[in-house]
Amino acid sequence: MPALIATQLTKIYKTGFHALKGIDLTVNEGDFFALLGPNGAGKSTFIGIISSLVNKTSGQVRVFGHDLDRDPESVKSCIGLVPQEFNFNLFLPVIEVVLNQAGYYGIPRREAKIRAERSLRQLDLWDRRDSEMRTLSGGLKRRLMIARALVHQPRLLILDEPTAGVDIEIRRSMWTFLRELNHEGTTIILTTHYLEEAESLCRNVAIISEGQIAERRSVADLLNTLHTETFVLNLRGRVSELPELGGFVLQQLDDCTLEVEMNRDHTINGLFDALSRNGIEVISLRNKQNRLERLFLELVDRRTDAAGAKE
Amino acid sequence: MKRLMNNGQRYWITFATILTKEILRFTRIWVQTILPSVVTTTLYFVIFGHLIGDRIGEMNGFAYLDFIVPGLVLMSLITNAYSNVVSSFYSSKFSRYIEELLISPAPNWIILAGYVTGGVARGLVVGSSVLIVALIFTDIHIAHPGIMLLICIMTATLFSLGGFINAIYANSFDDISIVPIFVLTPLTYLGGVFYSIDLLAPIWQTLSLANPVLYMVNAFRYGLLGVSDIPLNIAFGMISIFIIALTALSLNLLRRGVGIKT
Repeated sequence: MPALIATQLTKIYKTGFHALKGIDLTVNEGDFFALLGPNGAGKSTFIGIISSLVNKTSGQVRVFGHDLDRDPESVKSCIGLVPQEFNFNLFLPVIEVVLNQAGYYGIPRREAKIRAERSLRQLDLWDRRDSEMRTLSGGLKRRLMIARALVHQPRLLILDEPTAGVDIEIRRSMWTFLRELNHEGTTIILTTHYLEEAESLCRNVAIISEGQIAERRSVADLLNTLHTETFVLNLRGRVSELPELGGFVLQQLDDCTLEVEMNRDHTINGLFDALSRNGIEVISLRNKQNRLERLFLELVDRRTDAAGAKE
Repeated sequence: MKRLMNNGQRYWITFATILTKEILRFTRIWVQTILPSVVTTTLYFVIFGHLIGDRIGEMNGFAYLDFIVPGLVLMSLITNAYSNVVSSFYSSKFSRYIEELLISPAPNWIILAGYVTGGVARGLVVGSSVLIVALIFTDIHIAHPGIMLLICIMTATLFSLGGFINAIYANSFDDISIVPIFVLTPLTYLGGVFYSIDLLAPIWQTLSLANPVLYMVNAFRYGLLGVSDIPLNIAFGMISIFIIALTALSLNLLRRGVGIKT
């Protein structure tokens, strides 16, 4: 059974802004799904409708078979939401925030205490359980939002830019935690601006642009559509003249750095062989740009151009 | 049947969670929420009761100090019930933690019941505190305790609902203070707290009948002193009608997501 089916979902705000223009999207149970799109594309509106924070204009939402219009309580029981912005009572202690959330879901107090402890321990927050919310750092607040969203053990966890503004160490630990959670069976939908995050965590991806789904496929399939890839090479020694390497487009960034654009038909081994033949030694290499980021920009540009042409 | 029972238990837990949160909120800051009304009414008793009241003489057969006790108790109860809900619900909107409830499976009527009961609780705590002070300053013997308690609960419910509606429409902290200052206080002062409407000219007596606070003050005065300017059944009827109307309006606003959803 799909975790989420959105059918012809539209949202027109009172200002007349058409945020969603008939979105059709299915997310399968157990998936780790990325929802990408530029600012204002409609990602947060889409998530807001699913989690009952935004009223839809038309369309249908089904979560694990429950219809949002006919059985909103069952839909809500299935979903855990980690919103983009902090939404706490800053004067409450950490433990009370989690216990209250459990209470709102009808979980008896004794059970709620057990679950709250488990959630807080999982997110390394148990030692801060009596601290007031306002004393927590941004990273700890982000982790608490995940702990709070998990206290009722949702089957579908929706995270709206969960790692925005947190340092790399916390981000990595959150990634590990989310991977484990997904592995244990929780379906996860993630929006993020860190495309590396989506590439690293998610199996499937949808790109929203101007209120419509611009692309929806597996991350692997999407990355396969890239025809070229660009690497930056740090060299041992200086290169005075660029060699001619068939199939590779070279550009010298400085005396010891080369940028190589290579076709998907070629391999890194072939590149290294060609460089060695020309007496060039490579110390290290890196991708010039995150691959998904490049695809994302290409897709969004393409849609913007198409929209411009229509006008 | 099992599902109904499960739902009943779940709803009760949700309601108890909201109510506990609301009670903890105002008891944690009791110096700001409970004490001011007690201090203010003590001053009323000293100034209007002893210093000025002795010169006014009797009203409806009671010493002036005794006559104003029901109004002062009810005024504290009304103000606190209203301000508890309006400030708590608006704060949850302002800081967005109302979203914790909106995404949960809590039905709208449970959310409303939780906040309103929280307001009623604060109204009763403050009202009782003021009444205790009043009993120290006066020799009043409560005439009809049951009626007094019932009218307190109904009045606090009505004004908690009013506070809830105010919070739903409010877009700034100014908006939650405008109604108490420019609507609630005049209605309370003109609702016969300090005088009997028999003292007014006929035209003002008629106009006073449009003031819902008049019915509450008089019904409460009947509970406390055994006298009222208004027949008791009319007072209960009017309050009930207002409660039903404001409940229906609140639920309608919640269903449409006015002020809380986009």
